[in-house]
Formats: sequence, C-alpha cells, structure tokens
Amino acid sequence: MLLVEQFPVLIVTTGVFAGYTILIAGLVNRKSCAYIFLSVVFSHLIMSLFILHHVLTVGTIHYWLGGWRPPWGIEYVVDALNAYILVIVLFLSLMAGLYAKRYEEHKLEERKHVTYFTLFQLLVAGLCGVVVTGDVFNMYVLSEIVALTAYALIASPGGRTLKASYNYLVMGSVGICFYLLGIGFLYSVTGTLNMADMRILLPPLYQNRLVFVAYALILVGFSIKMALIPLHTWLPDAHAFAPSEISAMLSGIIIEVYTYAFIRISFSVFTVDFLRLLPIFDIISWIAAIAIIYGSVLAIAQINLKRMLAYSSVSQMGYIMLGVGLSISTRSALWGGLTPALMHILNHALMKGCLFLVAGAFIYKFNAWNITDLRGLGRKMPWTCGAFVLAAISMIGVPPSVGFVTKVYLIFAFVEAGNFIFMAILLLSALLNLVYFWRVIEILYMRPGGEEGHSEHHAEHAAPGKSEEIPLFMLIPVVTLASLCMIMGIVWLTEIPIVGAIPILDNVNKLFGLGAYTP
Amino acid sequence: MIEIESIRPVLALLCPLTAAFLILASRNHPNIRESWTMIASVMQFLVVLSMLLIVKDLEGGVITYSIFNMLPGVDLAFKVDAFGLLFAITSASLWILVSSYSIGYMRSLHEHAQTRYYFCFAFAILGAEGVAMSANLLTMFIFYEILTVATYPLVAHDQTEEALFAGRKYLAYLLTSGVFFLAASLITYSLVGTTDFRNGGILTIDAASRSALMVLFVLFLLGFMKSAWMPFHSWLPTAMAAPTPVSALLHAVAVVKAGVFGIVRIVCYIYGVDLMSQLGLGILLASIASFTMITASLFAIAQDNLKRRLAYSTISQLSYILFGVALLKPMGVTGAMLHIPFHGFMKITLFLCAGSIMVASGKKNISELAGIGRIMPFTMFAFTVGAIGMAGAPPACGFVSKWFLCMGTLEAENLALLAVILISSLLDVVYFFPIIYIAFFGKPKEAELTNGGKREIKEASPFMVIPLTITAIFSMVFCVPNPISNVIITLAKLAVSGLGGV
Repeated sequence: MLLVEQFPVLIVTTGVFAGYTILIAGLVNRKSCAYIFLSVVFSHLIMSLFILHHVLTVGTIHYWLGGWRPPWGIEYVVDALNAYILVIVLFLSLMAGLYAKRYEEHKLEERKHVTYFTLFQLLVAGLCGVVVTGDVFNMYVLSEIVALTAYALIASPGGRTLKASYNYLVMGSVGICFYLLGIGFLYSVTGTLNMADMRILLPPLYQNRLVFVAYALILVGFSIKMALIPLHTWLPDAHAFAPSEISAMLSGIIIEVYTYAFIRISFSVFTVDFLRLLPIFDIISWIAAIAIIYGSVLAIAQINLKRMLAYSSVSQMGYIMLGVGLSISTRSALWGGLTPALMHILNHALMKGCLFLVAGAFIYKFNAWNITDLRGLGRKMPWTCGAFVLAAISMIGVPPSVGFVTKVYLIFAFVEAGNFIFMAILLLSALLNLVYFWRVIEILYMRPGGEEGHSEHHAEHAAPGKSEEIPLFMLIPVVTLASLCMIMGIVWLTEIPIVGAIPILDNVNKLFGLGAYTP
Repeated sequence: MIEIESIRPVLALLCPLTAAFLILASRNHPNIRESWTMIASVMQFLVVLSMLLIVKDLEGGVITYSIFNMLPGVDLAFKVDAFGLLFAITSASLWILVSSYSIGYMRSLHEHAQTRYYFCFAFAILGAEGVAMSANLLTMFIFYEILTVATYPLVAHDQTEEALFAGRKYLAYLLTSGVFFLAASLITYSLVGTTDFRNGGILTIDAASRSALMVLFVLFLLGFMKSAWMPFHSWLPTAMAAPTPVSALLHAVAVVKAGVFGIVRIVCYIYGVDLMSQLGLGILLASIASFTMITASLFAIAQDNLKRRLAYSTISQLSYILFGVALLKPMGVTGAMLHIPFHGFMKITLFLCAGSIMVASGKKNISELAGIGRIMPFTMFAFTVGAIGMAGAPPACGFVSKWFLCMGTLEAENLALLAVILISSLLDVVYFFPIIYIAFFGKPKEAELTNGGKREIKEASPFMVIPLTITAIFSMVFCVPNPISNVIITLAKLAVSGLGGV
C-alpha cells in the first residue's frame, strides 16, 4: 500500500491525537498550543494535496480500518469529491487558525486558550473525518464530534453566546437524530452500514416505503445541519456571536461539509435512478430558490454586521443547493451535474471566510459590531477594508471574481434546464447582495470617520491618517482569502474550457453519472 | 478580412492599470501621483494611435489578441476594428485633456481623497477602453462592470448626502442593467454557441422563435442603461453631483458612450441589420430614441442648473446615436458612429466650461451667468462652439454627424424620422441659446460680478482653460475637410462598409 493511501486515516487520527497533545502541551506552555495547531493543520493540508493528486492521477483510495474488510469494518473512501472538500476544509482551517492566534490572545481569557485550541483541533479532525469516511454510521459519530466541539467553541466567549450555542445544540442534535433514524431504517432493510455496499443492496428496494422514509429523514436531518430554509433558525445567532474565526469556519465550511454529506448520501448510497423516482430534487431547487431571496432580504434588515453575513450565508447555501437540485437535469460537460454547486462550495468558503474574518477585525480593533459603527474605517484599516471590498464585490458577482463565475455557470444550468424563473431569482439576489454589501462599503469609505464629526474635517481625512491595521498574523489570512476571491475566479475561467471541465469536478460527475456522463 | 495578432490592445489597457497602482503607491507625493496619470494617458493615446494607423490601412482588417479561453468558443479576447477604434481614440485622447483639467480642478478646490479619485479614474478608463476593444459579449461585460464599479467612488466623491444618494442611484441602475446584460449574453451564447462580434451579426432568424429574439433584444436594451434611454435615464442627471471632470469624461464620454457603443455593437454585430429589419426591431429602437430625443430636450429647457441642463442634453444627444443605428441604413449608421467622437468632444467642452465657471466664480445656475462671457472670454467662446455643435450648425462638427443622420432618414424614406431630428435640433437651439445670450449680453448685477464681494472673478487656471480650448478647437477642426477629420470619417466608413447588409 502506498503511503499516500494511508493519508486519509492519518489525517483523522493524528488530528484527534493532536487535540490531546495540545491539551497536555498547554499545561506546560500555553503559547505552544497555537503553534502545534498550526503545524498540524498545515501538515494535514499538504497531505490532503497529495491525496487530491493521487485521486486524480491514480484513482479512488480505499482504506480499511484495522484491516477489516468492508462491510464488516469501517472503510475510508476518498474519491475526487471528498479529496476536493478535504483540501477546502484544511485550507480554511489553516487560515482561521492563523487568525485565531492573535484574535483569541486578545479576546479570550488566558486560561481558556488551551481548551480553545484543543477543541478547535478536534473540530478540524472531526470535519476531516466526516469528509473521508465511507461508512454511514462513522459519519454520524464524526458529525457528533464536529457538533459538540462547535457548540463549545461558539460558547467560548461566554455571555450572550450561550443562548446561541444552546439553540444550535438543540437544533443540531435534532438534526443529527433524524440522520441517525434514517440510517437506522436503511440498516434495517439492508443490514449494512458501508456506503458502497448499500449502493449495491438498495436498488431492488427502491419501491420500499421504508427507503423513502429513510431518505426523507436524512434529507431533513442534513437540512437542519446546513441551515436550509425553513430549518435555518439556529444559524444567524450562532454565526453572529461565535468568535469570528469560528464564524468563518461555520459559514465557510461546516455547513458546506453537511452539504457534502448530503451529496454523498444522495449519490453514493442512493443513485440518480432513485432520485428520479420522486421530484425530490425539484422540491429542493424551489426551497433553495426561496432561501436565496429570503436570506438576502433578511440580510438587508440587519444592523449587526456578522448577523448580516450569517443571513447572507443562508442565501448562499441556497445557491449551492440550487446547484445540487439542478444537478440531475443538466447534461452539459461544462456546467452540468454538480459542477456549479461544487464550485460554489469553494467560492463561498473563500468569500464568506474572508468577510467574517474582516468583521472580526473590526470587533478586535474597535469593538464595532454594528454596521453604523464602521464609519470611516476605510482609511484607518486600508488593507482589511480593501479585502472586505474584494470579497463583497465577489459576493455581488462583479467579474472576474469567484461569485461571477458561479453566477455564470448557474445561469447556464438554468438556461439548459429551461427554467427562467430561477434565473430571475438569481439575478435579483445579486442585486439584493448589492444592497446590503454596498451599504457597508459606503459606510467604510464614504462616510467621514466616527467621533470627529464630518465635513469640516475633510482635509484631515484626506491626509493619510495613522494606520490602525490589525496585526500581521490576522492580516495574512484576510488578504490571502480576499486575493484568492479574484485569483480563483480567473483560474476557474481559464481552467475550465481547457479540459472540458476542471478535472476534479469532471471526475465527480463521472463518478455519479451526472452531467455529460448521464447514461 | 485581414487579422493581425498584436499585443497592442493589452498594452493600451496596461497603461491605466499600471498607473492606478503607481498612483496608489505614490499617494503621499501629489506631484508624482499626478504625473503618473499624465504619463499613462499620453502613453495610452500613443498606443491607440498606433493601432489606428494600422487599422486605417487594412481596408476592414482588425487587430486581435486573445488572452485565454473562458468557455468553448468564448475567449477573453480583444478585437480592434474601425468602430472600436472610434470609441477608443475618443476616450484615450480626452483622458489626456481631462487629466490636465482634473489637476487644475482638484487643486483649486482643495478636494479631499484625491488619490482615490485618480485611482478610480484610471480604472474607469481601463473599463471604457476595454469595452471599446473587446471581441465578444462576455469580455465586454467584464469591462462594463469594471467601469460601473470604478465610477461609483467618483460619483459619490463629495461624500455629501446628495452625492451618496447619487452614487447609490447610479449603482442601482447600472448594476441592475449589468444583470440584464449578463443574462442576455448568456442566453445568446446558449442559442448560438458564441458571443463574438461579427460583421453582419451572429444571431439568425432560425436561432430561436421571433418573439424570443425580440425579448432578447429588449433584455440587451435594458442591459445598456448606460446609454440613458428614457425612461431609464434618471441616474444621469442625479450623477451630476460628481466633480465636473468626472461628469465631463465619464458622463459625456466613457460611461454613457460605453452604453451606446454597446447597443451599436448589438444591433450591427450581434443581430445584424438584416435580422433587425426582419424582426422590425429597428422601428422599436427608433421610436425609443425619438421619444428620448424630444422629451429629454424638453426637460433640458426646464433646468436652471447648468450641469443638469447639460446632462439632459447628453441624454438627448445619446439617442441621436441610437436613432442613427435604428435607421439600419449606411448613412444613418455612419452618422451614429461619427456622433460618438464628435459628441464626445463637443459635450466635454461644454462640461469643462461649466466646471471652470464653477471653479472661477462658484456659479452653478444659468440665471447667475449674466455677463460672464466678458470676464471669461476663452471659456465662454469654447462654450459657444460646443453649443453650436450641439444644435448641429457649422462650423462645429455636430453638423457633420447630423448631416449623415438626415441623409440616413432620407435613405430609409421616412420623413417622420427626419422631422424628429429637425424638431430636436430646434429644441437644442432653444435650450442652448439663452445661455449664450445671458453670458454675453446679460447685464450682471454688481454683487454677482465680484462673487459676493469676496474676490474678483477671472478666467480659471490655465490647467483648465487650455484643455477646454483644445477640445473646442478640435470640435471645429472635425467639421472641415483635413487629415484629422478624414481619418475619423474613413474609420466610420470602413466600419459601415464591413456591415454587409446595409
């Protein structure tokens, strides 16, 4: 067995062990926690890149835990889809970790640092586990690790976050119970928990009521976890009050990991044939379309910047789910299948990650939570605000940003599916995004700064003021993510036509028989 | 048709792009900062000029350059043809003059945030030049959006409530229109698999049903709200809250011309004149344009604020261009194409005059201008030239383009449309003549002359007067046969001769 084929399991196990290492090392030296975390995540990121390369060049990785053959043992399966998600998870974790170092030194009491980084490490390990596993029950266990650590991390600042965390706890537990019930039903009819095995055993049972119910339960469970309307109610509070880098993780990747899980169950355990039996995906598309508008409208109504971003996430999840919903009805090699949805998972991670980190920077520096507190910060924090502008115009979809690319590919998918209503909704949502993001940009740059008052001080503001920029450790992730919003947009635009579709996404569609590979 | 592959289009765009970042880097040294703008504008002009000299001799050839492939059949690519050059050379040459003017204007008024101003200005020029040189709809869309976003900080520059409102309104209209543009381009792509601008158009009558093609055309029209056709015009007068050089370059040349330029591209190079007349869309466009021409002129008469009057005049004049294209006849299209540079030069003269009057005297309203012509002779002389040109009388170049437009209506054998042009020209006289009359023959009140007793009014700084004199002189030069005007008319004729159907 090649070394790289062991990487998936290594990432999860060393991740969990690193969590405890941080705990113990923290007893000796508190400062070491962050460095251990960063080095572990960084090495995992490198490993995940190797995995991705291997998956694309050689093929799917199967790893049997303890050498037990599936379906008896747990199997880790990494194909193009989860290798891609894994890279995103680890990259965003690295960015959030870099940011967390200084942010938490400032915000969190010192005694909490050790546990904070322990939990953070466990969260990352859990996320990686959910992504690489090929066993439905193992997926449940690891999602619980993710959920429990996330509850604790959200609650770490104390105060009003406790309520938000509690809401999430209740909703999240309910969601995961639905999932557990669903896999219980599936187990009762198939007698297996291995995804690949279920895929073989299920087709004769497709007319079985129990299988439908199981799918419905899983759908509802994951809808809660990924905050699909109308089950999103836990999200705005949790995302708004969590420490900012955790918000970035929550919005940027955690809800997307559950989208991944949903895609995985839908296409790897069930098949396209099953999904075509009932108009499930049509319904999902419509729900997603409602989410897009609803999230944007509520985002406009927010005063708190992070809450606004949280509602924007509700709307962005709509984009992703709309892409998923249309995936079985498009056949183009370019925009067919899951391509737009998967593209947007990465794009959203970059944009929203950056936006939340910037929102955190405002809180870090000026304790500014509300949009109106941000007057004139454009001059005081030029790099941070520049990053905000880049990410915000990506959200609006100004070319050549990542948001623009998603928009174009989704529109193509709509045109192919002949659904012009979705197209109108998408375009309307771009304008709503414009409304709420531009409001912030206007306050950052166009309103003269806070306490000194205005007009007569124009001249002073014109002079290059003292920079009150955030520390370098926080600035690096912010600027990296913001520039990636543009760079990835260009990469998407240049790469895709060369190879038909980007090889990763093409591989995914091939795997599931979607898009151009529709039989 | 000869195609020359050359990197010149990219070079032309690199000038403002590099300048933008150099401006940002030297924000603490105003003199260096402003010299970057000047250097970049001159370099860009030279690059565009070199392309012009190549294309002029190619007999319908084009310069192409493709950067990368975005979708199958769609590159991020530039194609410089005669028509694109008309627009490119207009904005490139006017950028030099406006840069000089900006320096005078911004410094005399001690404006704030000058770095942001020059930075965004360079980006806006990048957008306009990109629109002029793009080879297909998607490339054009990218630059069109860059232009929109980069102009916002310029419109809202004053940061007063009024300016912020103008900025918001500007974005609301133009990004909405960008959305329609994007939708229309993508639908076009899915219909015919390409979005290239080709002589004679890429859409055919059997690409989709008649009604679908008509709806698509309306989407395209909505996509080009930058051309301020009524009833989607109201962002333009509001945007006059911007500093005058911005109004001048962006709202008389770059932004609005990008809009009409786009519509001409759609009519002649996406639909093609044959398809347009088969679908009867020429009539639609002509009626929109006629309505806008007349109504905007009537609105202009009612304005007292000089810049607002000029804004309405712009709305009306832009529709001349749409009108000419809608005739779908060689003469009409030639007139439309000529009106892009000609109107650019005349309107910029008028705006620069308005700005220099404001800087020198603080006056914004027409009723206060009594006797100003004797105090600021150069400015008001230039203004008169521009105004005469707007009305379409010799010796200013508005005469030439209007002549072609009138010939176009005769070619189309439609006397009603001829009447529209004549009435609209008459209205132009009605709203411009009073300004000139008041300025030269009005009796000033003593207090007004001395600007409320604060300081003596005199001619504005040479940084400002020289550019506006130059544009005024050029407005006249284009009217008489000479090498420069020949080049421009040759370009327009080249562009029209390639259109096939007309």
